[in-house]
Amino acid sequence: MAKLNVNGRTIDVAVEDDTPLLWVLREQIGLTGTKYGCGVAACGACTVHVDGVAVRSCATPVSAFTEAQKIVTIEGLAPAGTQHPLQKAWVELDVPQCGFCQSGMLMAAAALLAQTPKPTEDQIRAEITNICRCGTYNRVLAGIKRAAEGGPATSG
Amino acid sequence: MTTESTLSRRGLMATATAAAGAFTLGFHVPLTRSAVAQGAAPAIPPEVNAWVVIRPDDTVVIRIARSEMGQGTLTGLAQLVAEELECDWAKVTTEYPTPGQNLARRRVWGNFSTGGSRGIRESQDYVRKGGAAARMMLVQAAATAWNVPAAECSAANSVITHTPTGRTTTYGRVAEAAGRLTPPENVPLKDPRAWKIAGKSVARLDTVEKTNGSQVYGMDLTLPGMLNAAVRACPIFGGKVRSFDAAAVQGMPGVKRVVPVGDNAVAVVADTWWRAKKALDALPIVWDEGPNANASSEAVAAWLKEGLDAPEAVVGNRAGDARAAITGAAKRIEAVYAYPHQNHACMEVMNATALWTADRCEVWTPTQNGEAALAATAAASGLPATQCDVHKIHLGGGFGRRGAVHDWVTQVVLIAKQMPGTPIKMIWSREEDMLQGRFHPVTQCKLVGGLDAQGNLVGLTMRISGQSIVAGTFPQNIRDGRDPVVFQGLNASGGEADIGYTIPNLLIDHAMRNPSVPPGFWRGVNLNQNAIYLECFIDELAHAAGKDPLAFRRALMTNHPKHLAVLNAVAERIGWGTPAPAGRFRGLAQTHGFGSYVAACAEVSVSNDGKLSIHRIVAATDCGHAVNPQQIEAQIEGSFVYGLGAALHQEITVKGGRVEQENFDTYPSLMLAEMPAVESIIITSGGFWGGVGEPTIAVAAPAVMNAIFAATGKRVRSLPLKHADLRRA
Ligand code: FES
Ligand code: FES
Repeated sequence: MAKLNVNGRTIDVAVEDDTPLLWVLREQIGLTGTKYGCGVAACGACTVHVDGVAVRSCATPVSAFTEAQKIVTIEGLAPAGTQHPLQKAWVELDVPQCGFCQSGMLMAAAALLAQTPKPTEDQIRAEITNICRCGTYNRVLAGIKRAAEGGPATSG
Repeated sequence: MTTESTLSRRGLMATATAAAGAFTLGFHVPLTRSAVAQGAAPAIPPEVNAWVVIRPDDTVVIRIARSEMGQGTLTGLAQLVAEELECDWAKVTTEYPTPGQNLARRRVWGNFSTGGSRGIRESQDYVRKGGAAARMMLVQAAATAWNVPAAECSAANSVITHTPTGRTTTYGRVAEAAGRLTPPENVPLKDPRAWKIAGKSVARLDTVEKTNGSQVYGMDLTLPGMLNAAVRACPIFGGKVRSFDAAAVQGMPGVKRVVPVGDNAVAVVADTWWRAKKALDALPIVWDEGPNANASSEAVAAWLKEGLDAPEAVVGNRAGDARAAITGAAKRIEAVYAYPHQNHACMEVMNATALWTADRCEVWTPTQNGEAALAATAAASGLPATQCDVHKIHLGGGFGRRGAVHDWVTQVVLIAKQMPGTPIKMIWSREEDMLQGRFHPVTQCKLVGGLDAQGNLVGLTMRISGQSIVAGTFPQNIRDGRDPVVFQGLNASGGEADIGYTIPNLLIDHAMRNPSVPPGFWRGVNLNQNAIYLECFIDELAHAAGKDPLAFRRALMTNHPKHLAVLNAVAERIGWGTPAPAGRFRGLAQTHGFGSYVAACAEVSVSNDGKLSIHRIVAATDCGHAVNPQQIEAQIEGSFVYGLGAALHQEITVKGGRVEQENFDTYPSLMLAEMPAVESIIITSGGFWGGVGEPTIAVAAPAVMNAIFAATGKRVRSLPLKHADLRRA
């Protein structure tokens, strides 16, 4: 049994302690925007925010979290009916191809901007270590730059 | 183009969509099927023809037969239909017809296969005709209602105008009447130069959902009462399950069943996937390792090496007498190249959901070929195809893995069949996805060239030794020992994948050697290694001849103006012949594949300790016609990620009959940090339609490898490059 704060809601989940947060989000809570890509913290598809910091949820057991920690998923990145500046930039630039990596990509980028509102290109290249097999990197780079130029981005 | 047979199905889909709520695709669930069977009256949006449905509110639903896996085909095909339909682009949505519907309607939507960069080029003619025919029928319906000749009416932006009187109506108002008309027989198409929607960089239709987590992928699907399955097949190719101890995991949380899957796999079915996977990890399985238990990459390499000089080979392209010409040449140059096995590593692992009952089997899955998935479903279900259907879901990457072979569909149906009436969602772990791939074929190539005293190429032999994809996927297509696609990019003619050089004495042949690792069509297919072999060796020959690599190529390309045009375009843009920025070096490559002409020039630097940086790539594509230039650019950029990731990092090795790389930590991809700037030049010379999802991959590696030589004086002839010491020679 765990109590989690996800996207501003407190949720009780009945699940074994060692269940990765990723699968609790997807299977117990029904938030499938967070993706499974590798399960070993190597791809970033499962990235969520925990107290504003990007965390790879596939490799962290649910027991590591308390109700006091604010977990935000892609579904909660921006308030309902609005778009985070990164989501806006993503749509303007048609960043996604298959899109499967993009939830994690956006969450990683949002955490970066929350930490470093005006990152240099080198910082973006060093900080965004998510895998995109379709190869959207140059548009991801452009999208982060555009969102950063558009004013301070806030993490959900 | 009959409509009556589809009306009940259409209604069925509409009802289910409303019932299921969460899905934008027309999933139908058993509940609503029986509701419809009992005579519930669903709202039927008028189908003008198979390609176009127009709702009373003027929404245009364009049916897309090919799959969307990121490559943008969904949007591109919709643009082509909308262009001829003269509809309001802002009102366009799309839907996938199911392969079962295609079967029932005698393949009215044609081929569903989405591979070989064929999605648009193979169907552009008939989808445009579908849009044009629908427009003609809509105009006719309005003219009939007004009692005027159709020739006095015109259509634009979903509005029909009777020109003499200025009367107007909308598509939505006449769609139902239009759908009852006999389709026109003579359907002229617009000149592409007059395009207003096609040919433009319109935004994709499927972007917003992919930025907020709402896009439903196969892995995200939920059906009422659904259980989840984790599966493990024998990790040794050709091995089988000898036994497993279900009792050992039966009591674990959530576990419902442990079931055999064919003769080579076992699945645990549980309430959640994580619990199924955990129990599977704990399940004792004894494998019968079969005949390949000792297979290794080293042994395969030795076998392929033998093939480089084997007397028996199938000729792919021959001119003159290459061996004699080389023997008589002033200078002889020889090199051997090698290309490894690789995994597609789609971002979304293989998965599918199936519901089996005694008289029907339904599958939901991301697939590049709905019809092939339906065939696999029917075969595994024991039911005729007419009692099965497959619901396609946007793919989290395909790259060829989800096209030719539907092994995962077979598995899910075999599991669901053991639990009638319960929907089963099966997801592979990443490890399963890595071990059970359909891999990029492994080959080696020996090239021998002869130069005359002036440094002209007088003869070239090219012996490819290694794996045939077709032999491993569609062996019935091997005729007289010949794999029809193994010479991609090296063919004398055909317009699909032709060599861009005229060499007076030429011999290109293939000694087939098929190891136990199952091959698959891996994005770019055989063009990948063939372009590396030829383009790097042409560079070697230019160097041996003391000539500039561009000038050396040009001299061989006078009979190949389209190949030459893309090469010239990149050379001009990068400033070939002018100095590169300090410390940077350039390399060229060109090829022809999937109907398109492509070239690239890479600018790299190599540090003193041998670290490679790829700074800039200029790429040109002549695809004949460009349906959505910004999406072609996305495909070109993506091709460099896929191709450079393969060239720099990726190899699958086999030891003890099984793949050694199980996840992204040992099978790395190209990362953002390594991504060069890419400048795309799109040429639309017209007169043909080429694909764009794959050809550019083939020039990524050779352009970089030739630039590495320029930087270091070192020829790397074996991939991936991570094994090479790039410190200056
Ligand atoms: S799924 Fe978590 S990092 Fe890949
Ligand atoms: S968009 Fe397909 S993996 Fe990134």
